[in-house]
Amino acid sequence: MDVFLPRSLEEALAMKAERPEAVPLAGGTDLMVELNFGRLRPPAIIDLTRAAELATHRQEDGHVFLGAGVTYAAIVNELPGFKPLVQASRSVGSPQIRHRGTVGGNLGTASPAGDALPVLAAYDAEVVLRSQARGERSMPWHAFLMGPKKTAIAPDELIVGARWARIRGPGSFSKIGTRNAMVIAVAGLCLVIDEDHRRVNVALGSVGPTIIRATPAEEQISSAMASSGAWQDPSTAVSEQVIDEFAELVASAARPLDDVRGTAAYRRHGCRVLARRSLAWALSERRLPTWL
Amino acid sequence: MGAQRAKVADVVVRTRVNGEWREAEVWPGASLLAFLREQLGLFGSKNACEQGECGSCSVWLDGALVCSCLVLAAQANDREVRTVEGLTDAGRLHPVQEAFVEAGAVQCGFCTPGFVVAVADLLEKDASPSPATVREALSGNICRCTGYAKILDAVNLAAARLLERT
Ligand SMILES: Cc1cc2nc3c(=O)[nH]c(=O)nc-3n(C[C@H](O)[C@H](O)[C@H](O)COP(=O)(O)OP(=O)(O)OC[C@H]3O[C@@H](n4cnc5c(N)ncnc54)[C@H](O)[C@@H]3O)c2cc1C
Ligand code: FES
Ligand code: FES
Repeated sequence: MDVFLPRSLEEALAMKAERPEAVPLAGGTDLMVELNFGRLRPPAIIDLTRAAELATHRQEDGHVFLGAGVTYAAIVNELPGFKPLVQASRSVGSPQIRHRGTVGGNLGTASPAGDALPVLAAYDAEVVLRSQARGERSMPWHAFLMGPKKTAIAPDELIVGARWARIRGPGSFSKIGTRNAMVIAVAGLCLVIDEDHRRVNVALGSVGPTIIRATPAEEQISSAMASSGAWQDPSTAVSEQVIDEFAELVASAARPLDDVRGTAAYRRHGCRVLARRSLAWALSERRLPTWL
Repeated sequence: MGAQRAKVADVVVRTRVNGEWREAEVWPGASLLAFLREQLGLFGSKNACEQGECGSCSVWLDGALVCSCLVLAAQANDREVRTVEGLTDAGRLHPVQEAFVEAGAVQCGFCTPGFVVAVADLLEKDASPSPATVREALSGNICRCTGYAKILDAVNLAAARLLERT
Protein backbone atom coordinates (compact mmCIF):
# COMPACT_ATOMS: atom_id res chain seq x y z
CA MET A 1 0.00 0.00 0.00
CA ASP A 2 1.29 3.46 -0.91
CA VAL A 3 0.38 6.65 0.86
CA PHE A 4 0.64 9.99 -0.90
CA LEU A 5 0.64 13.30 0.95
CA PRO A 6 0.08 15.94 -1.76
CA ARG A 7 0.47 19.55 -0.60
CA SER A 8 -2.05 21.04 -3.01
CA LEU A 9 -5.11 20.13 -5.03
CA GLU A 10 -3.02 20.27 -8.19
CA GLU A 11 -0.58 17.71 -6.81
CA ALA A 12 -3.44 15.53 -5.62
CA LEU A 13 -5.03 15.58 -9.08
CA ALA A 14 -1.72 14.65 -10.69
CA MET A 15 -1.43 11.66 -8.35
CA LYS A 16 -5.03 10.62 -9.01
CA ALA A 17 -4.34 10.82 -12.77
CA GLU A 18 -1.31 8.58 -12.39
CA ARG A 19 -2.94 6.21 -9.90
CA PRO A 20 -6.69 6.20 -10.61
CA GLU A 21 -7.12 3.20 -8.29
CA ALA A 22 -5.84 5.26 -5.33
CA VAL A 23 -8.48 6.08 -2.73
CA PRO A 24 -8.80 9.70 -1.58
CA LEU A 25 -8.79 10.20 2.18
CA ALA A 26 -10.23 13.32 3.82
CA GLY A 27 -11.35 13.22 7.48
CA GLY A 28 -11.23 9.43 7.50
CA THR A 29 -14.44 9.11 9.51
CA ASP A 30 -15.88 6.73 6.94
CA LEU A 31 -12.76 5.38 5.26
CA MET A 32 -10.66 4.62 8.34
CA VAL A 33 -13.40 2.40 9.73
CA GLU A 34 -13.22 0.32 6.55
CA LEU A 35 -9.44 0.19 6.84
CA ASN A 36 -9.40 -0.64 10.56
CA PHE A 37 -11.81 -3.52 10.04
CA GLY A 38 -9.95 -4.92 7.07
CA ARG A 39 -12.89 -4.38 4.73
CA LEU A 40 -10.77 -2.22 2.45
CA ARG A 41 -7.17 -2.70 1.36
CA PRO A 42 -6.62 -0.06 -1.32
CA PRO A 43 -3.40 -0.24 -3.32
CA ALA A 44 -2.84 3.44 -2.55
CA ILE A 45 -4.26 6.27 -0.47
CA ILE A 46 -4.13 9.99 -1.31
CA ASP A 47 -4.42 12.24 1.73
CA LEU A 48 -6.40 15.39 0.90
CA THR A 49 -6.04 17.19 4.21
CA ARG A 50 -3.04 19.24 3.06
CA ALA A 51 -4.78 20.56 -0.09
CA ALA A 52 -5.71 23.93 1.36
CA GLU A 53 -7.94 24.84 -1.64
CA LEU A 54 -10.36 22.09 -0.64
CA ALA A 55 -10.83 23.50 2.85
CA THR A 56 -12.15 26.87 1.67
CA HIS A 57 -15.58 28.34 1.12
CA ARG A 58 -16.59 31.54 -0.57
CA GLN A 59 -19.58 33.53 -1.76
CA GLU A 60 -19.56 35.14 -5.17
CA ASP A 61 -22.32 36.69 -7.28
CA GLY A 62 -25.19 35.15 -5.41
CA HIS A 63 -23.52 31.74 -5.33
CA VAL A 64 -21.92 29.80 -2.54
CA PHE A 65 -18.98 27.46 -3.00
CA LEU A 66 -18.27 24.98 -0.22
CA GLY A 67 -14.97 23.13 -0.57
CA ALA A 68 -15.01 19.35 -0.23
CA GLY A 69 -12.53 19.53 2.64
CA VAL A 70 -14.52 21.89 4.86
CA THR A 71 -15.25 20.08 8.12
CA TYR A 72 -18.56 20.09 9.97
CA ALA A 73 -16.89 21.99 12.81
CA ALA A 74 -15.77 24.68 10.35
CA ILE A 75 -19.29 24.95 8.92
CA VAL A 76 -20.73 25.45 12.40
CA ASN A 77 -18.14 28.14 13.20
CA GLU A 78 -17.80 29.89 9.88
CA LEU A 79 -21.13 29.66 8.04
CA PRO A 80 -23.77 30.66 10.60
CA GLY A 81 -25.87 32.23 7.83
CA PHE A 82 -26.64 28.81 6.37
CA LYS A 83 -28.91 27.52 9.09
CA PRO A 84 -30.02 24.18 7.60
CA LEU A 85 -26.41 23.32 6.74
CA VAL A 86 -25.27 24.29 10.24
CA GLN A 87 -28.07 22.27 11.83
CA ALA A 88 -27.15 19.20 9.77
CA SER A 89 -23.46 19.67 10.58
CA ARG A 90 -24.15 19.99 14.30
CA SER A 91 -26.09 16.74 14.21
CA VAL A 92 -23.19 14.73 12.79
CA GLY A 93 -21.55 12.29 15.21
CA SER A 94 -19.69 13.93 18.08
CA PRO A 95 -17.21 16.81 18.46
CA GLN A 96 -14.39 14.42 17.52
CA ILE A 97 -16.19 13.37 14.32
CA ARG A 98 -17.15 16.95 13.40
CA HIS A 99 -13.54 18.10 13.70
CA ARG A 100 -12.53 15.68 10.95
CA GLY A 101 -15.59 14.76 8.88
CA THR A 102 -16.12 16.74 5.67
CA VAL A 103 -18.92 17.40 3.23
CA GLY A 104 -16.71 16.00 0.45
CA GLY A 105 -16.49 12.75 2.41
CA ASN A 106 -20.27 12.72 2.89
CA LEU A 107 -20.65 13.08 -0.89
CA GLY A 108 -17.94 10.50 -1.58
CA THR A 109 -19.57 7.93 0.68
CA ALA A 110 -23.00 8.75 -0.79
CA SER A 111 -24.87 7.04 2.01
CA PRO A 112 -28.62 7.72 1.96
CA ALA A 113 -28.12 8.66 5.64
CA GLY A 114 -25.47 11.33 4.90
CA ASP A 115 -26.80 14.32 6.81
CA ALA A 116 -25.28 17.03 4.60
CA LEU A 117 -26.91 15.54 1.52
CA PRO A 118 -30.58 16.51 2.06
CA VAL A 119 -29.37 20.06 2.65
CA LEU A 120 -27.42 20.11 -0.62
CA ALA A 121 -30.47 18.63 -2.34
CA ALA A 122 -32.83 21.25 -0.89
CA TYR A 123 -30.38 23.97 -1.99
CA ASP A 124 -30.39 22.45 -5.53
CA ALA A 125 -26.61 22.25 -5.25
CA GLU A 126 -24.19 21.15 -7.93
CA VAL A 127 -21.26 18.90 -7.18
CA VAL A 128 -18.00 20.24 -8.59
CA LEU A 129 -15.51 17.64 -9.82
CA ARG A 130 -12.06 18.10 -11.28
CA SER A 131 -9.48 15.99 -13.09
CA GLN A 132 -6.05 16.84 -14.39
CA ALA A 133 -6.94 15.73 -17.92
CA ARG A 134 -10.36 17.32 -18.39
CA GLY A 135 -10.45 20.13 -15.84
CA GLU A 136 -13.58 21.02 -13.97
CA ARG A 137 -17.15 19.88 -14.50
CA SER A 138 -20.21 20.11 -12.33
CA MET A 139 -23.46 18.25 -12.18
CA PRO A 140 -26.66 18.50 -10.17
CA TRP A 141 -26.60 16.62 -6.84
CA HIS A 142 -29.10 14.04 -8.14
CA ALA A 143 -26.92 13.19 -11.12
CA PHE A 144 -23.92 12.80 -8.82
CA LEU A 145 -25.69 10.60 -6.24
CA MET A 146 -26.57 7.62 -8.41
CA GLY A 147 -27.65 5.25 -5.68
CA PRO A 148 -26.65 3.93 -2.29
CA LYS A 149 -22.86 4.40 -2.09
CA LYS A 150 -22.70 4.99 -5.82
CA THR A 151 -21.63 8.25 -7.43
CA ALA A 152 -20.89 9.59 -10.92
CA ILE A 153 -17.26 10.43 -10.15
CA ALA A 154 -14.66 9.28 -12.71
CA PRO A 155 -11.61 7.33 -11.51
CA ASP A 156 -9.23 10.20 -12.17
CA GLU A 157 -11.44 12.86 -10.56
CA LEU A 158 -11.69 14.41 -7.14
CA ILE A 159 -14.64 16.19 -5.60
CA VAL A 160 -13.70 19.85 -5.33
CA GLY A 161 -16.85 20.94 -3.52
CA ALA A 162 -20.49 21.88 -3.86
CA ARG A 163 -21.97 25.06 -5.26
CA TRP A 164 -25.44 26.51 -5.06
CA ALA A 165 -27.33 29.72 -5.72
CA ARG A 166 -27.91 31.43 -2.42
CA ILE A 167 -31.54 31.09 -1.36
CA ARG A 168 -33.31 33.89 0.49
CA GLY A 169 -35.74 32.54 3.06
CA PRO A 170 -36.05 30.45 6.21
CA GLY A 171 -35.33 26.75 6.44
CA SER A 172 -34.15 23.94 8.68
CA PHE A 173 -32.66 20.48 8.87
CA SER A 174 -34.00 17.97 11.36
CA LYS A 175 -33.56 14.28 11.89
CA ILE A 176 -34.96 11.42 13.93
CA GLY A 177 -32.76 9.04 15.86
CA THR A 178 -32.44 7.32 19.20
CA ARG A 179 -30.13 9.86 20.82
CA ASN A 180 -29.33 13.55 20.55
CA ALA A 181 -25.82 12.78 19.35
CA MET A 182 -23.89 10.03 17.58
CA VAL A 183 -26.86 8.86 15.65
CA ILE A 184 -27.42 7.67 12.13
CA ALA A 185 -30.73 9.20 11.11
CA VAL A 186 -33.83 7.02 10.88
CA ALA A 187 -35.28 9.87 8.83
CA GLY A 188 -33.87 13.29 7.97
CA LEU A 189 -35.51 16.27 6.33
CA CYS A 190 -34.37 19.61 5.01
CA LEU A 191 -36.96 22.26 4.17
CA VAL A 192 -36.00 25.54 2.56
CA ILE A 193 -38.32 28.37 1.57
CA ASP A 194 -37.18 30.28 -1.50
CA GLU A 195 -38.87 33.67 -1.23
CA ASP A 196 -37.60 34.95 -4.57
CA HIS A 197 -38.88 32.03 -6.61
CA ARG A 198 -41.86 31.43 -4.32
CA ARG A 199 -41.01 27.80 -3.84
CA VAL A 200 -40.67 25.41 -0.93
CA ASN A 201 -37.94 22.78 -1.33
CA VAL A 202 -38.09 19.58 0.69
CA ALA A 203 -35.45 16.85 0.66
CA LEU A 204 -35.48 13.58 2.58
CA GLY A 205 -32.60 11.46 3.82
CA SER A 206 -32.42 7.90 5.21
CA VAL A 207 -35.79 6.95 3.75
CA GLY A 208 -34.81 5.63 0.33
CA PRO A 209 -31.87 4.35 -1.70
CA THR A 210 -30.67 7.93 -2.09
CA ILE A 211 -31.77 11.45 -1.21
CA ILE A 212 -35.34 12.19 -2.34
CA ARG A 213 -36.96 15.51 -3.18
CA ALA A 214 -40.66 15.50 -2.25
CA THR A 215 -41.69 17.25 -5.47
CA PRO A 216 -45.50 16.75 -5.25
CA ALA A 217 -45.46 18.17 -1.70
CA GLU A 218 -43.29 21.11 -2.84
CA GLU A 219 -45.76 21.92 -5.60
CA GLN A 220 -48.80 21.57 -3.36
CA ILE A 221 -47.52 23.93 -0.66
CA SER A 222 -46.04 26.45 -3.09
CA SER A 223 -49.30 26.79 -5.00
CA ALA A 224 -51.46 26.76 -1.84
CA MET A 225 -49.37 29.68 -0.58
CA ALA A 226 -49.82 31.41 -3.92
CA SER A 227 -53.61 31.10 -3.94
CA SER A 228 -53.96 32.23 -0.33
CA GLY A 229 -51.69 35.23 -0.87
CA ALA A 230 -49.20 33.94 1.73
CA TRP A 231 -46.21 34.70 -0.49
CA GLN A 232 -46.97 38.43 -0.54
CA ASP A 233 -48.16 38.57 3.05
CA PRO A 234 -46.31 36.28 5.47
CA SER A 235 -48.93 36.90 8.15
CA THR A 236 -51.56 35.04 6.06
CA ALA A 237 -52.36 31.81 7.89
CA VAL A 238 -51.75 28.51 6.12
CA SER A 239 -54.68 26.25 6.98
CA GLU A 240 -54.31 23.05 8.99
CA GLN A 241 -55.79 21.16 6.07
CA VAL A 242 -53.07 22.43 3.72
CA ILE A 243 -50.38 21.53 6.27
CA ASP A 244 -51.89 18.02 6.71
CA GLU A 245 -51.92 17.49 2.95
CA PHE A 246 -48.35 18.69 2.73
CA ALA A 247 -47.18 16.32 5.48
CA GLU A 248 -49.03 13.45 3.80
CA LEU A 249 -47.43 14.17 0.43
CA VAL A 250 -43.96 14.34 2.02
CA ALA A 251 -44.57 10.99 3.75
CA SER A 252 -45.70 9.39 0.50
CA ALA A 253 -42.56 10.61 -1.30
CA ALA A 254 -40.43 8.46 1.02
CA ARG A 255 -39.35 5.03 -0.18
CA PRO A 256 -38.24 3.52 3.13
CA LEU A 257 -37.18 -0.01 4.01
CA ASP A 258 -37.37 -1.97 7.23
CA ASP A 259 -33.98 -2.30 8.84
CA VAL A 260 -32.32 -2.53 12.24
CA ARG A 261 -32.76 1.18 12.86
CA GLY A 262 -36.45 1.37 12.10
CA THR A 263 -39.39 -0.01 10.18
CA ALA A 264 -40.57 1.48 6.90
CA ALA A 265 -43.83 2.54 8.54
CA TYR A 266 -42.01 4.33 11.35
CA ARG A 267 -39.72 6.10 8.91
CA ARG A 268 -42.65 7.25 6.83
CA HIS A 269 -44.38 8.51 9.94
CA GLY A 270 -41.15 10.27 10.88
CA CYS A 271 -41.20 12.13 7.56
CA ARG A 272 -44.79 13.21 8.22
CA VAL A 273 -43.85 14.62 11.63
CA LEU A 274 -40.67 16.31 10.41
CA ALA A 275 -42.56 17.83 7.48
CA ARG A 276 -45.24 19.36 9.70
CA ARG A 277 -42.74 20.71 12.18
CA SER A 278 -40.32 22.18 9.69
CA LEU A 279 -43.09 23.83 7.72
CA ALA A 280 -44.51 25.33 10.91
CA TRP A 281 -41.06 26.61 11.94
CA ALA A 282 -40.44 28.13 8.54
CA LEU A 283 -43.85 29.79 8.35
CA SER A 284 -43.44 31.35 11.76
CA GLU A 285 -39.95 32.51 10.84
CA ARG A 286 -41.38 34.18 7.76
CA ARG A 287 -43.47 36.32 10.08
CA LEU A 288 -40.34 37.34 12.02
CA PRO A 289 -37.71 37.15 9.31
CA THR A 290 -34.54 36.37 11.29
CA TRP A 291 -33.05 34.89 8.11
CA LEU A 292 -32.74 38.26 6.41
CA MET B 1 -3.47 -8.82 10.23
CA GLY B 2 0.15 -9.15 11.38
CA ALA B 3 1.15 -11.27 8.39
CA GLN B 4 -0.58 -8.95 5.99
CA ARG B 5 1.19 -6.00 7.51
CA ALA B 6 4.58 -7.65 7.15
CA LYS B 7 4.11 -8.01 3.40
CA VAL B 8 3.78 -4.34 2.55
CA ALA B 9 6.47 -1.73 2.75
CA ASP B 10 6.29 0.59 5.74
CA VAL B 11 6.21 4.36 5.63
CA VAL B 12 8.14 6.66 7.91
CA VAL B 13 5.99 9.00 9.94
CA ARG B 14 7.45 11.96 11.80
CA THR B 15 5.16 13.74 14.21
CA ARG B 16 5.57 16.18 17.06
CA VAL B 17 4.03 14.34 20.00
CA ASN B 18 3.60 16.21 23.29
CA GLY B 19 6.20 18.72 22.19
CA GLU B 20 8.82 16.23 21.03
CA TRP B 21 9.50 15.14 17.43
CA ARG B 22 9.07 11.38 17.14
CA GLU B 23 9.71 9.25 14.09
CA ALA B 24 8.93 5.62 13.34
CA GLU B 25 8.18 3.22 10.52
CA VAL B 26 4.60 2.11 10.33
CA TRP B 27 2.31 0.06 8.10
CA PRO B 28 0.90 2.57 5.53
CA GLY B 29 -2.69 1.75 6.51
CA ALA B 30 -2.09 2.14 10.26
CA SER B 31 -4.07 4.61 12.31
CA LEU B 32 -2.55 7.33 14.43
CA LEU B 33 -3.81 5.34 17.43
CA ALA B 34 -1.82 2.28 16.38
CA PHE B 35 1.21 4.49 15.73
CA LEU B 36 1.02 6.07 19.19
CA ARG B 37 0.54 2.77 20.99
CA GLU B 38 2.56 0.28 18.98
CA GLN B 39 5.36 2.40 17.57
CA LEU B 40 5.77 5.09 20.21
CA GLY B 41 4.75 3.07 23.27
CA LEU B 42 2.21 5.66 24.38
CA PHE B 43 -0.50 3.44 25.83
CA GLY B 44 -2.65 6.19 27.34
CA SER B 45 -4.90 6.47 24.29
CA LYS B 46 -7.04 3.34 24.33
CA ASN B 47 -8.27 1.15 21.54
CA ALA B 48 -11.83 0.02 22.15
CA CYS B 49 -13.90 0.28 19.00
CA GLU B 50 -11.65 1.51 16.17
CA GLN B 51 -14.71 3.13 14.61
CA GLY B 52 -15.03 6.54 16.18
CA GLU B 53 -17.86 5.55 18.49
CA CYS B 54 -16.29 5.44 21.94
CA GLY B 55 -13.80 8.31 22.17
CA SER B 56 -11.31 6.30 24.24
CA CYS B 57 -8.61 7.12 21.67
CA SER B 58 -9.20 10.91 21.81
CA VAL B 59 -6.15 13.11 21.21
CA TRP B 60 -5.50 16.60 19.88
CA LEU B 61 -4.32 16.87 16.28
CA ASP B 62 -3.10 20.40 15.57
CA GLY B 63 -5.19 21.48 18.53
CA ALA B 64 -8.44 19.82 17.45
CA LEU B 65 -10.01 17.01 19.48
CA VAL B 66 -10.15 13.92 17.25
CA CYS B 67 -10.44 10.14 17.44
CA SER B 68 -6.91 8.93 16.74
CA CYS B 69 -8.33 5.63 15.45
CA LEU B 70 -9.83 7.55 12.49
CA VAL B 71 -6.66 9.43 11.55
CA LEU B 72 -4.23 7.67 9.24
CA ALA B 73 -0.82 7.76 10.93
CA ALA B 74 0.66 9.27 7.77
CA GLN B 75 -1.88 12.11 7.96
CA ALA B 76 -0.22 13.18 11.21
CA ASN B 77 3.17 13.47 9.49
CA ASP B 78 4.68 16.91 10.21
CA ARG B 79 1.76 17.72 12.45
CA GLU B 80 1.37 18.31 16.15
CA VAL B 81 -0.26 15.67 18.35
CA ARG B 82 -1.04 16.02 22.04
CA THR B 83 -2.06 12.93 23.99
CA VAL B 84 -3.27 12.27 27.52
CA GLU B 85 0.37 11.67 28.49
CA GLY B 86 1.03 15.32 27.62
CA LEU B 87 -1.38 16.56 30.29
CA THR B 88 0.78 15.78 33.31
CA ASP B 89 3.18 18.48 34.31
CA ALA B 90 6.51 17.19 35.71
CA GLY B 91 4.79 14.07 36.99
CA ARG B 92 1.92 16.03 38.52
CA LEU B 93 -1.57 15.09 37.47
CA HIS B 94 -3.60 17.62 35.49
CA PRO B 95 -6.51 19.14 37.48
CA VAL B 96 -8.96 17.20 35.30
CA GLN B 97 -7.18 13.95 36.18
CA GLU B 98 -7.19 14.84 39.87
CA ALA B 99 -10.89 15.63 39.69
CA PHE B 100 -11.62 12.24 38.10
CA VAL B 101 -9.78 10.49 40.94
CA GLU B 102 -11.42 12.52 43.67
CA ALA B 103 -14.95 12.34 42.28
CA GLY B 104 -14.74 8.56 41.87
CA ALA B 105 -15.27 8.93 38.12
CA VAL B 106 -12.95 6.01 37.36
CA GLN B 107 -14.09 2.41 37.59
CA CYS B 108 -12.40 0.06 35.13
CA GLY B 109 -10.60 3.13 33.79
CA PHE B 110 -10.66 2.15 30.15
CA CYS B 111 -12.63 5.19 29.03
CA THR B 112 -10.83 7.55 31.42
CA PRO B 113 -7.98 8.84 29.23
CA GLY B 114 -10.44 9.70 26.45
CA PHE B 115 -12.78 11.46 28.85
CA VAL B 116 -9.90 13.33 30.50
CA VAL B 117 -8.74 14.61 27.11
CA ALA B 118 -12.28 15.58 26.05
CA VAL B 119 -12.94 17.35 29.36
CA ALA B 120 -9.60 19.17 29.25
CA ASP B 121 -10.45 20.26 25.70
CA LEU B 122 -13.86 21.52 26.79
CA LEU B 123 -12.53 23.45 29.79
CA GLU B 124 -9.80 25.07 27.70
CA LYS B 125 -12.53 26.50 25.48
CA ASP B 126 -15.27 27.13 28.02
CA ALA B 127 -14.20 27.64 31.63
CA SER B 128 -17.69 27.28 33.10
CA PRO B 129 -19.77 25.21 30.69
CA SER B 130 -23.49 24.72 31.19
CA PRO B 131 -24.71 21.16 31.89
CA ALA B 132 -26.03 20.95 28.32
CA THR B 133 -22.67 22.06 26.92
CA VAL B 134 -20.88 19.41 29.00
CA ARG B 135 -23.17 16.67 27.73
CA GLU B 136 -22.75 17.80 24.16
CA ALA B 137 -18.96 18.02 24.52
CA LEU B 138 -18.80 14.49 25.93
CA SER B 139 -21.27 12.95 23.49
CA GLY B 140 -18.43 11.23 21.64
CA ASN B 141 -17.13 9.40 24.72
CA ILE B 142 -18.68 6.22 26.05
CA CYS B 143 -18.32 4.78 29.55
CA ARG B 144 -19.70 1.33 30.30
CA CYS B 145 -19.14 1.44 34.07
CA THR B 146 -19.92 4.66 35.85
CA GLY B 147 -23.32 5.65 34.51
CA TYR B 148 -21.76 9.09 33.85
CA ALA B 149 -23.01 10.80 37.05
CA LYS B 150 -19.57 10.79 38.66
CA ILE B 151 -17.96 11.83 35.42
CA LEU B 152 -20.21 14.89 35.35
CA ASP B 153 -19.27 15.53 39.01
CA ALA B 154 -15.62 15.35 37.99
CA VAL B 155 -16.19 17.91 35.24
CA ASN B 156 -17.76 20.33 37.72
CA LEU B 157 -14.97 19.78 40.21
CA ALA B 158 -12.29 20.29 37.56
CA ALA B 159 -14.00 23.42 36.26
CA ALA B 160 -14.16 24.87 39.79
CA ARG B 161 -10.49 24.06 40.47
CA LEU B 162 -9.33 25.55 37.19
CA LEU B 163 -11.35 28.71 37.81
CA GLU B 164 -9.82 29.06 41.29
CA ARG B 165 -6.37 28.95 39.77
CA THR B 166 -6.95 31.80 37.36
C1 LIG C 1 -18.85 7.69 15.00
C2 LIG C 1 -19.33 8.23 13.69
C3 LIG C 1 -20.50 8.96 13.64
C4 LIG C 1 -20.96 9.44 12.42
N1 LIG C 1 -22.11 10.16 12.40
C5 LIG C 1 -22.57 10.65 11.23
C6 LIG C 1 -23.76 11.42 11.19
O1 LIG C 1 -24.40 11.70 12.22
N2 LIG C 1 -24.19 11.88 9.98
C7 LIG C 1 -23.49 11.62 8.83
O2 LIG C 1 -23.91 12.08 7.76
N3 LIG C 1 -22.37 10.89 8.84
C8 LIG C 1 -21.89 10.41 10.00
N4 LIG C 1 -20.76 9.66 10.02
C9 LIG C 1 -20.09 9.35 8.75
C10 LIG C 1 -19.00 10.34 8.33
O3 LIG C 1 -18.54 11.09 9.43
C11 LIG C 1 -19.47 11.31 7.25
O4 LIG C 1 -19.94 10.61 6.13
C12 LIG C 1 -18.38 12.29 6.83
O5 LIG C 1 -18.95 13.31 6.07
C13 LIG C 1 -17.25 11.63 6.03
O6 LIG C 1 -16.29 12.63 5.74
P1 LIG C 1 -14.73 12.32 5.83
O7 LIG C 1 -14.04 13.57 5.44
O8 LIG C 1 -14.38 11.77 7.15
O9 LIG C 1 -14.60 11.20 4.71
P2 LIG C 1 -13.52 10.06 4.44
O10 LIG C 1 -13.76 8.94 5.36
O11 LIG C 1 -12.16 10.63 4.39
O12 LIG C 1 -13.96 9.65 2.96
C14 LIG C 1 -15.23 9.12 2.69
C15 LIG C 1 -15.34 8.72 1.23
O13 LIG C 1 -15.33 9.85 0.40
C16 LIG C 1 -14.22 9.81 -0.49
N5 LIG C 1 -13.74 11.19 -0.58
C17 LIG C 1 -13.51 12.06 0.45
N6 LIG C 1 -13.15 13.26 -0.02
C18 LIG C 1 -13.14 13.17 -1.38
C19 LIG C 1 -12.84 14.08 -2.45
N7 LIG C 1 -12.52 15.36 -2.21
N8 LIG C 1 -12.92 13.63 -3.71
C20 LIG C 1 -13.28 12.34 -3.97
N9 LIG C 1 -13.59 11.45 -3.02
C21 LIG C 1 -13.52 11.85 -1.73
C22 LIG C 1 -13.25 8.84 0.11
O14 LIG C 1 -12.45 8.23 -0.86
C23 LIG C 1 -14.19 7.85 0.77
O15 LIG C 1 -14.70 6.95 -0.17
C24 LIG C 1 -20.25 9.18 11.23
C25 LIG C 1 -19.05 8.45 11.29
C26 LIG C 1 -18.59 7.98 12.51
C27 LIG C 1 -17.30 7.22 12.56
S1 FES D 1 -11.19 3.50 19.59
FE1 FES D 1 -11.32 5.38 18.55
S2 FES D 1 -13.33 6.00 19.02
FE2 FES D 1 -13.26 4.02 19.90
S1 FES E 1 -14.81 3.40 33.83
FE1 FES E 1 -15.06 1.56 32.76
S2 FES E 1 -15.67 2.25 30.78
FE2 FES E 1 -15.67 4.05 31.95
